[in-house]
Amino acid sequence: MSSVQEPTLAPLPAASARRERIPRRPREYTAIDIATMVGCALSAVAICWLLFDVLGQGMGWFGFVVVAFILYLVLQFFVTSDRLGVMAAKDRVATTIVTTGSIVLMIPLVWLIGYVTVKGLQALRPTFFVKDQTGITPILPSTAGGGSHAIVGTIEQVGLALLWSLPLGLLAAIFLNESRSKWRRPVRIFVDAMSGLPSIVAGLFIFATLILPFAKKSSLFSFNGFMASLALAMVMLPTITRTVEVVIRLVPNGLREAGLALGASRARTVWSVVIPTARTGITTAVVLGIARVVGETAPLLFTAFGYDLMNKNPFSGPQESLPLFVYRNIRKPDVSAIQRGFAGALVLTFIVLALFGVARYIGRDRSRAQARRLKRTRA
Amino acid sequence: VEPSVSAAPRQRTPRIVHDEPTSVDRWFDRITLGSGLLVLLLLTLVGVFLLLRSREAFQVTGIVNFLTRESWRTDVHPPRIGVLGLLVGTVMVALVAITIAMPFSIIAALFIAEYASPRSRRYLTALVDLLAAIPSLIFGIWGFLVLSSQIVPLSEWLTTHLGWIPIFATDAGARLTGSVFIAGIVVAFMVVPIITSVVREVFAQTPPGEKEAALALGSTRWGMIRAVVLPYGRGGIIGGGMLGLGRALGETIAVALLLPQVPEVSIKILQNGGATVAGFIAQRAGGDPFTVSGLMAAGLVLFVMTLATNMIASVVVARSRSGAGVEV
Repeated sequence: MSSVQEPTLAPLPAASARRERIPRRPREYTAIDIATMVGCALSAVAICWLLFDVLGQGMGWFGFVVVAFILYLVLQFFVTSDRLGVMAAKDRVATTIVTTGSIVLMIPLVWLIGYVTVKGLQALRPTFFVKDQTGITPILPSTAGGGSHAIVGTIEQVGLALLWSLPLGLLAAIFLNESRSKWRRPVRIFVDAMSGLPSIVAGLFIFATLILPFAKKSSLFSFNGFMASLALAMVMLPTITRTVEVVIRLVPNGLREAGLALGASRARTVWSVVIPTARTGITTAVVLGIARVVGETAPLLFTAFGYDLMNKNPFSGPQESLPLFVYRNIRKPDVSAIQRGFAGALVLTFIVLALFGVARYIGRDRSRAQARRLKRTRA
Repeated sequence: VEPSVSAAPRQRTPRIVHDEPTSVDRWFDRITLGSGLLVLLLLTLVGVFLLLRSREAFQVTGIVNFLTRESWRTDVHPPRIGVLGLLVGTVMVALVAITIAMPFSIIAALFIAEYASPRSRRYLTALVDLLAAIPSLIFGIWGFLVLSSQIVPLSEWLTTHLGWIPIFATDAGARLTGSVFIAGIVVAFMVVPIITSVVREVFAQTPPGEKEAALALGSTRWGMIRAVVLPYGRGGIIGGGMLGLGRALGETIAVALLLPQVPEVSIKILQNGGATVAGFIAQRAGGDPFTVSGLMAAGLVLFVMTLATNMIASVVVARSRSGAGVEV
């Protein structure tokens, strides 16, 4: 930076008589800049305090922060434009807005996770994972009983949903990438449209097509975990298809051509070259698909329906799942039920975060680790 | 070389190349085409079956009545149900959510794409994806039990000082909890990550040459963003916003927890009241056959609305200069 030549253009005499302009890069932060920022912040808070005190009525702490922030921006603009010109001042103000905006956005996330953790830990006991709601009455404390029936339900429903949607999603992704059919465009549009389908409509669809007409004839088509898994599969399918499609597109064409040049059929090339190459990406797609549906409540209202006791058979009778357990308990009037709901919410949040971490770990960028390993073996 | 060939006069016969697919490939084509078409069929079936099931509701009330009636009453005879009150609520919640989410999403995307260091960029991208993965139920609980009470003072201030603006007006003595405004804010938190990830991807594809040209001409970073990054990403910003709108329209559980689900046509967003199609369906799950038929009709309207929004979003993103390679 020091080697950058200072502009040799002499300032206009009139300007230099008023004030010496210091040419500098607007991105650097000097001691004066930091002093300016601190000064602006202090004056903003002071003026704001005065303002709120004089006016007498405020909007609470929230209003104070907002007004102080706006004052800070105004002060920063004027101080910087006085010292460095309007262009640099605009840049500074924009930087402040973008940086604080992004930090402000993180606050709810921390707040949310912190809140669910604190509330959930109050009611979460190890028995939560082994007991169901047998014999639970409103007067019992929130630590009594548990949500094992909900956990079992979630595992069965999501597992079955994966069983339906993974093969179909995988084949559809292969179709979109490896065939030259004229149907690719409409299918792609429909997959995109399906990923925006409200999940409650998926539940409504299963309810309308399978449960309403056939419930009286067979218990298989009544409220049960199997129906829930079908609704979840509809939500999961576009996620899996699109993620797998992106991964398959990344497989180098040279590998495909090598396979074909060796005389393999296209099916064989996909099976032995494309899918193994994209294996980690496909695993990521599966994990992301699970994370997408494991917290879905809306499609289950019409399909699994919810049940307070253990029902291990997903093909018969209403079944609980974690989101349903949380939703149903939170809406009850008694305090212990709400706390029980929070315990479920904590477990659910933890599962989603863990799944997400697993997806990141599987799909991580390996090129750097590989390069390091290569360097070690060479040395 | 075999002796029999060398003995005969050399004669060139073109080798016959078989390029018709083998039977394995034919089956491969059929199976993949079949699964592609099955996906296509599934979405069509959703529309068809919702239409079939909602026929009863449409027959009793008439399609025009259904679309233009505000109230939802199944206790009178004949039942008077209509979707207008729900539709207005849905659109209002979605608009509030988008109005709040758009500036924050663009700011967050700008920060990740232009301000953050390359190292922290990776973590921030992961954090945004993480925010998208948190179930809407958790957001709903948090909004219902925590955020709601924090927003009420803000609503009070808005209605006292800006009450002359029609949307900030409230009836005398109206409760300010369970309002469209609060529901919109909670939904905004849910759509921010979706919009941010689309906009960020578009910003990241800005040609570096154009950015460097702006900087070389003496522009500041903000000048470069205004002159190059924002115009380049306009299509992505609009498309991302539409996509977020689609999500906000279909948001169910959080809204079902936050709003009282009383259908009404009102633009007073700060006071208790309002309903959305998805939230209403969730709350009335499992009723008598006629109610169910009405819910199917409401679901059909929601289905058509979100489908249209999402289709427009994909077209806008795909048509724009920046969005050609972006996955929506």
